[in-house]
Amino acid sequence: MPRSDFSEIPRYKSFPVVPTVTSGAHHPVVIVGGGPVGLTAALDLGQRGHEVVLLNQFDFIPGGSKAICFAKRTLDIWNRLGVAQLMIEKGVVWNVGKVFRGDRKEPIFEFDMLAVKDQEMPGFINLQQYYAEEYLLQAIDALPNVTIRWGHEVCAIDPDKRQLTVETDQGDYTMSADWILACDGSKSPVRNMMNLDFAGRVFEDNFLIADVKFQVERPSERWFWFDPPWGGASALLHKQPDNVWRLDFQLGWDIDREAAIKPENVAPYVEGMIGTETPYEEEWYSVYTFQCRRMERFVHDHVVFVGDSAHLVSPFGARGCNGGVADADNLVWKLDAVLKGAAGPELIESYNDEAITMADENILNSTRSTDFMTPKSTVSKAFRDAVLDLAEDQEFARPFVNSGRLSTAISFPQSPLCTADRDIWEKGIPPGSPIIDAPLRNSWLLQNLDGHWALLAGRPIDNSPLPVVVLDHHMARERYDLSNGGAYLIRPDQYVAARWKHFDLKDLGETAWQA
Amino acid sequence: MASLITHPNLPHPDDIYGLLIGMHHECDDGESHKRNAMLILSLANHIGDEAVVRQAIALVKQTSKGQS
Repeated sequence: MPRSDFSEIPRYKSFPVVPTVTSGAHHPVVIVGGGPVGLTAALDLGQRGHEVVLLNQFDFIPGGSKAICFAKRTLDIWNRLGVAQLMIEKGVVWNVGKVFRGDRKEPIFEFDMLAVKDQEMPGFINLQQYYAEEYLLQAIDALPNVTIRWGHEVCAIDPDKRQLTVETDQGDYTMSADWILACDGSKSPVRNMMNLDFAGRVFEDNFLIADVKFQVERPSERWFWFDPPWGGASALLHKQPDNVWRLDFQLGWDIDREAAIKPENVAPYVEGMIGTETPYEEEWYSVYTFQCRRMERFVHDHVVFVGDSAHLVSPFGARGCNGGVADADNLVWKLDAVLKGAAGPELIESYNDEAITMADENILNSTRSTDFMTPKSTVSKAFRDAVLDLAEDQEFARPFVNSGRLSTAISFPQSPLCTADRDIWEKGIPPGSPIIDAPLRNSWLLQNLDGHWALLAGRPIDNSPLPVVVLDHHMARERYDLSNGGAYLIRPDQYVAARWKHFDLKDLGETAWQA
Repeated sequence: MASLITHPNLPHPDDIYGLLIGMHHECDDGESHKRNAMLILSLANHIGDEAVVRQAIALVKQTSKGQS
């Protein structure tokens, strides 16, 4: 079978094609797909000591900025893996979003993505996806137990035998694995080859991405317009590194998509937004539509779907890539425990539950945003316009303005891995929610968590079977409501599993850690 | 949890009804839809209780006879 033709895809950086290998090898974990989600999973599994083979159908990192917004939760995960500092140094840090309407100079709505201050990581960074992939690959390069096979394309799967057939330029070969992670994106060849469902909604609107280079001093903020004065229903402006700006324009449904990306048709939009005085050059033009979909299940025996292959959302909210990295983070510690024999394969079922909860919340938020931006009926348009009219002068209406609810960490309080509170808590962080960073005397709280189970406490705990992070800063104790004793049990992915106002080591027997 | 008030609660119902109709004086359908929406949004904010709004919506869905 000939390999697919990827010659039309722009390249950021090429790698030598890895020669074909002998058929019949067996591996503990094979990852299909080398985007940010597959690479995050490979890096995390690799750092935990597992042998990982990652199959990348490309022999290059694609160009095109693609996902550009990386949320705090993703940065917390990447910081645990040791790659966030590089991303932040290169990236554009931002916390504030502003929404404008028409030619009114004052925003009608503002939000801050770092509502809780005093944390190591910022609310968001903007960074071209190819840089994120490059930095993840550099970190993987230091791990001899992780192999990236460039130019290896999966062309068949036998899920019962956990066997893959892989096509290379030199012919095909077969391999098998204990676990196959399908991180192969929205069009997931693995999902298609297994004939699995992918149900959801298509939104009838086209958006134009015009990534352009120009030199202007502007604040590093997300700016969004409804009814912009230069035309179209909405528009977005975002800063990226290297003087690249993401301009995004809502074009409507009945358009000629090929014509829309011609420079002469893009120009009026770009010049409308940045003015005719500012010279700019094209970096990447693309027209997209979007869909909200998910698979019914993400775990299919020993084939596990992670990221866009399992669920798709609109880009407004930056919930695609960030949601995928959250999946990888949720899955890897469980897979680690299963591969090391510390837990049975049923632990992977909790990934199915928790990742579906996360996907459903992302889809809900994404659908609400798109319904606001692209009203589907006379009445929904009336409500949308009512909000925008009111928001100009009426403070109460501003929180209704929805230009995308940006990605934040998602809680799953119903997860079977949570232990319900025994005590009454008015503050702190409940089971099933991600912990929040806080300053300690000589470090940041999250720096003390290395991807394994741990306890947080206001004072030392004697004879603990788990590492104890003592909150030696009043701000941290207040954030966790631990000023008067008590403890939190923290999962390897930095979610709260259980908490007690009066902790006894015996309490651990009732938790997911013990199980 | 607050409940939706379903007994008569206005001393001068004809006045309120007149105000609601009067709000649409010389409006086309599009403008009327928008004004209704603005009114609903401001009253929902004033009520400030999702449970009450949910009960009102449930009542509407149960009661409406469809297009007359």
